Amino acid sequence: MAAPRRQTRRLERFELRGGLLGRYAVRRLVGSVPLLWGIVTLLFILLHAAPGDPMAAFFNPNVSPDVLEQMRRNFGLDQSLLEQYGRWLGNFVTGDFGFSYSRLRPVREVLAEALPNTLWLGATSLVVTFVVGCTVGIVQAVRQYSRLDHGLTFAALSLYSIPTFWLGVVLVLLVSSNAWPAWLDLPISGMQSLDYAELGAWDRIVDRIRHLILPTIALGLSSAAAVARYMRGSMLETIDEDYIRTARAKGLSERRVILRHALANALLPVISLVGLFLPILFGGAVVIEVIFSWPGMGRVMVDAIGARDYPLVLAASFLFATLVIVANLLADLLYAWVDPRIRYS
Amino acid sequence: MTVSPLDFLLPGVRSLGRHPVQGLLTMVAWLTLWALIVLRRGRIVETFSGGAFDEWLAFGSILVGLYIIVRLSRQMKTESPRRSESQRSLAWSRFRRHRPAMLGLGLVSVLAMAALLTPYLAPYDPSIQGADLVATRFRPPSLAHPMGTDHFGRDVLSRVLYGGRTSLAIGTLAVLIAVTLGTLIGAVAGYRRGWVDTVSMRGVDLLLSFPRLVLLITVVALVDPSIAVITLVLGLTGWMATSRLVRGEVLSLREREFVQAARALGFSGPRILLRHVIPNVASPIIVAATLGIGNTILIEASLSFLGLGVPAPAPSWGEMVARGRDAMIEAPWITLFPGLAIVLTVMSFNLIGDGLRDALDPRSAGRGPAPTDRRAVGGAGATRAVGAASGAIGS
Repeated sequence: MAAPRRQTRRLERFELRGGLLGRYAVRRLVGSVPLLWGIVTLLFILLHAAPGDPMAAFFNPNVSPDVLEQMRRNFGLDQSLLEQYGRWLGNFVTGDFGFSYSRLRPVREVLAEALPNTLWLGATSLVVTFVVGCTVGIVQAVRQYSRLDHGLTFAALSLYSIPTFWLGVVLVLLVSSNAWPAWLDLPISGMQSLDYAELGAWDRIVDRIRHLILPTIALGLSSAAAVARYMRGSMLETIDEDYIRTARAKGLSERRVILRHALANALLPVISLVGLFLPILFGGAVVIEVIFSWPGMGRVMVDAIGARDYPLVLAASFLFATLVIVANLLADLLYAWVDPRIRYS
Repeated sequence: MTVSPLDFLLPGVRSLGRHPVQGLLTMVAWLTLWALIVLRRGRIVETFSGGAFDEWLAFGSILVGLYIIVRLSRQMKTESPRRSESQRSLAWSRFRRHRPAMLGLGLVSVLAMAALLTPYLAPYDPSIQGADLVATRFRPPSLAHPMGTDHFGRDVLSRVLYGGRTSLAIGTLAVLIAVTLGTLIGAVAGYRRGWVDTVSMRGVDLLLSFPRLVLLITVVALVDPSIAVITLVLGLTGWMATSRLVRGEVLSLREREFVQAARALGFSGPRILLRHVIPNVASPIIVAATLGIGNTILIEASLSFLGLGVPAPAPSWGEMVARGRDAMIEAPWITLFPGLAIVLTVMSFNLIGDGLRDALDPRSAGRGPAPTDRRAVGGAGATRAVGAASGAIGS
């Protein structure tokens, strides 16, 4: 009796993975197209609603009005708003983000260089956030109301209230102070050492990782505190369930009950937090990249604002939003994959 | 108990027997205020000869502060164990037993009072530079300068105090704007449903696709920042989480009997929403707003840190941390104190927010935040309900 049922369930699962999940993925993918369109439109509205003449930066007694008029035409500012909007939309669809005044290079090249660095930093921080957060949350839930639980709750609350930039600055201060042990010395700026080119393959990897440590901690720690709070709540709720009592009644070790039966279910709602924390991490990355001289998109964006390089600012902003949408999509698919219930809704 | 002159000389002293902690705190607050009045009598007198609005505000706050202390100390004595069983007083009594939340409330009161009294409290003018720059800059904390001095010999304590005024004002006002907007949009969307709902919720999805800091940076880059602009922009980029939360609640509330009754009586839509529906969503909104203030202060500080926030002459915590980085090794106090001020402020609001959540929604008490419905707080994800929506994250 038991065997055939298991088989049908396996079949069902197989069918779900191929069929429903695929359909769900397509549906969500199509759903994000209007979202992207909305983002491009919003940026256009922002650019044109902003007070001031976009040409103001070029006003100069030495520039003749004819030249200005010519530049205005070159930028397409003499066309109607609708025409400008059409061109704007077309450019974004084809991936042509214009020319960066401050770097004198196409915006696309600048961002293509910076994007992987930001993704790199974001990915390690995301992993740290969830690994640390979930571990702490589980420990707290298992030892509910113990001194350890209270201590960790307080620590999480403090970390959660610490601004990312200040944590970064304090970490730099700590590492560069005299009291810091020399053997633990960590680089505080850039992605690689000056002599990176002369290092061997293994040393290069070590060098990269060493440069990642401080920015990752600064970026991920406060989100980890938030994840810990959720994980604790989710775990406590799961521990109350009947199936956990059953697992205990079967005589399983507490370790097995927690790590296999409870954890799998408690993790489900926490996975859905990935999409929630990604915008926060990317937003924090802007600040962290500035502090640790990390050559990513956030730093590009802040530098571009200093130089009033609007095409670069808007394109970076668009790319950040796109990243969030894509990441959300992946998080939702991951969630639908681990929790079949979601696919039916 | 009868009124005795002691209530006005030293409020709290007669409660020491029954409520030692509260009595002691009342006395401390009372004595601190009087100490301030005595020590700063010069400045208070100056207020009457052509004081600016700030000074009058501070003067008024002293009077109100003294009055509140007297009132509280009298209430403490006459209070019966429980006067009513209304939801509100039940929640209030739960909140009062929540120690971390009461700590947060106390800290926020102190911070708010410090912000209001800054013109009297601050030992120096925040923008006055030392007369002899070489001798007065980078002085470590001392009695004359409890938090040291910065690059220009300016007093860090005074700057932290003035920076706190800006931060608290911006945080509170921006959240007020955000919560009002979010409640209205969410309530209308949930109540009207149909295309209104679709359009506004797609708008929410759209705005939530941006990391909030990135959206803010983009807007601020295009508009020259001033305190008013920053407040407005923070308010306009912070309403989405609240509106999702409110919409979700309203969707279920609109089917309840009392709303149907109101509709059957022929009340207008706005009246039903404002009088019958929105008051019933008050608790999650209050929690979201409290947690939102802390969050907004964090974001504002990040913006100032990047040099895109409150413009230069006005001191702000984020800007102080950023400027202090240049001299971090020789003068760490310039970065440390404003940072600690941010942490303390944000933590106080978070403590209150947690306490309010536990008090207003007893089911979640002691559990920390419930696993959240993602639609309510952020992410353009699929609909899913994973427990009670708690809202207010999403920065």
